Amino acid sequence: MEAMTAKPLNYIKQVNKVTTKQRFSSYKRTPLSLLLYLLVLISTVFTAGILIYLIGYILVHGVPYLTKDLFSLKYTSTNVSLFPAMVNTVSMTALALLFAVPLGIFSAVYLVEYAKKGNRLVGIVRITAETLSGIPSIVYGLFGMLFFVTTLKWGLSILSGAATLAIMILPSVMRTSEEALKSVPDSFREGSFGLGAGKLRTVFQIVLPSAVPGILSGVILAVGRIVGETAALMYTAGTVAEIPSNVMGSGRTLSVHMYALSSEGLHINQSYATAVVLLVVVIIINAVSTFIAKRITKG
Amino acid sequence: MKQYKEKIMKGVFLTAACTSILAVILICAFLFMNGLPAIGEIGPANFLAGERWMPKNGFFGIFPMILGSLYITAGAIIVGVPIGIFTAVFMAKFCSGKLYKILKPAVDLLAGIPSVVYGFFGMVVLVPMVRNIFGGNGNSILTASLLLGIMILPTIIGVSESAIRAVPDSYYEGSLALGASHERSVFFTVLPAAKSGILAGVVLGIGRAIGETMAVVMVAGNQARMPMELYKGVRTLTANIVLEMGYATDLHREALIATAVVLFVFILLINLSFSALKHKEEF
Repeated sequence: MEAMTAKPLNYIKQVNKVTTKQRFSSYKRTPLSLLLYLLVLISTVFTAGILIYLIGYILVHGVPYLTKDLFSLKYTSTNVSLFPAMVNTVSMTALALLFAVPLGIFSAVYLVEYAKKGNRLVGIVRITAETLSGIPSIVYGLFGMLFFVTTLKWGLSILSGAATLAIMILPSVMRTSEEALKSVPDSFREGSFGLGAGKLRTVFQIVLPSAVPGILSGVILAVGRIVGETAALMYTAGTVAEIPSNVMGSGRTLSVHMYALSSEGLHINQSYATAVVLLVVVIIINAVSTFIAKRITKG
Repeated sequence: MKQYKEKIMKGVFLTAACTSILAVILICAFLFMNGLPAIGEIGPANFLAGERWMPKNGFFGIFPMILGSLYITAGAIIVGVPIGIFTAVFMAKFCSGKLYKILKPAVDLLAGIPSVVYGFFGMVVLVPMVRNIFGGNGNSILTASLLLGIMILPTIIGVSESAIRAVPDSYYEGSLALGASHERSVFFTVLPAAKSGILAGVVLGIGRAIGETMAVVMVAGNQARMPMELYKGVRTLTANIVLEMGYATDLHREALIATAVVLFVFILLINLSFSALKHKEEF
């Protein structure tokens, strides 16, 4: 059956296929179309070209300086090791996710599973989440400084930075979780209820496990945002290039490290190398997230 | 027992859902509480329309920075919007499935690159380029506009592409059947139908551009004076905060927080128009 329906479709496609020659002869009649086509093409080439150029330029200039010294345990003014910054980035990411992921998932659970239609709270939460996702990172940084650093007296610390970042990524974690929960078919829930499970059990044992891939791809993108953040951290986590002994200590992440290096202007080659590390992290994060998203669409 | 557990957990979920509301309230409260008194002390007119920013001498006018932010954002829109929309059109209506599988992750990657890396790229590539072509020292409105134009591309492409894809195929087919070419059909029937969605993307891009900090600080020169020429340096609202917060005290510090309040109000206005446009699209 399939082969029979596929054949005429292919045939129609072949008949309707426009060759390059036909295409250009038709452009002669409508020069505007040619112009638009060229504009579209040039813009796309520009967009792709910028990306390739940026990555290529930084790799070419940075990779030769990825020396062993750059990964030594201690940062000194002569050897600007990025190792402490890497450790701080990892602990900052872990801590921020620890705050934001449960909060994000739980709020999504409330919005999708518990809130009834026409619940006014849902609308308010959605508006506030949209507002939060539009606030610039420097404003988050100032808020973090005023609230976590000064008012709560946490000082310039990894904890203050992580809490600030957690608020920053909360809306995106919430939104991706919401979408993941919504895509779980209702038949799953009905089946679970039908077998006598309560609401809570259904949520934790049936709905959430099926939504994990979707939630995960959103969380991974949030990690990318944390790794790349600078402005929100300068006045919350500080710019000390050391690994603090606990979360109440101050420390700079990789992005802050990179900003400090390039604005001092003394270690430009090491800045390139740091940019390489940042780029590689971001590329890996994007690849993993796309991979997971692809697996969801395949089912 | 089971009943209690269900009730407690529902409460937990509800509390979690309220955190984002709490966060917005806290952010507003802390910014306004710390910033508004300074505006009162300096005087709203002196603060918003004052042309001199000299904290040591007691001049706290942020008008140059407001203009700086607006100029750079406008420049970014001029650079980024046409390229972004054309690229979105290519991705939605021109490219093959195979090419799309490469382009889509590429645009996502463009969105994922940290702003410091963009700033650094601007510092080592765009600044010398502008210096060689246009003279001056290269740290200028033009450089910042170019860099921000590139940085808002993924936002504009993403939103515009989904707006274009949301237009029913019948529009395109109808136009084609009336004898219009592929390009004409796309640009004169599909694009107008996707207008409000694309506009929402542009507004979102404006929000990104006006709020961008690190990349702008690294290429814009940051001189706190009235912006005059395209090839001269400029300071934005965001740069003003990030550059001076480290050592500011007393009224100077409060004036910087007040700068953030002004920025915040701009962003709220932009957000409002974005959601208005998005809701319009839904009908």
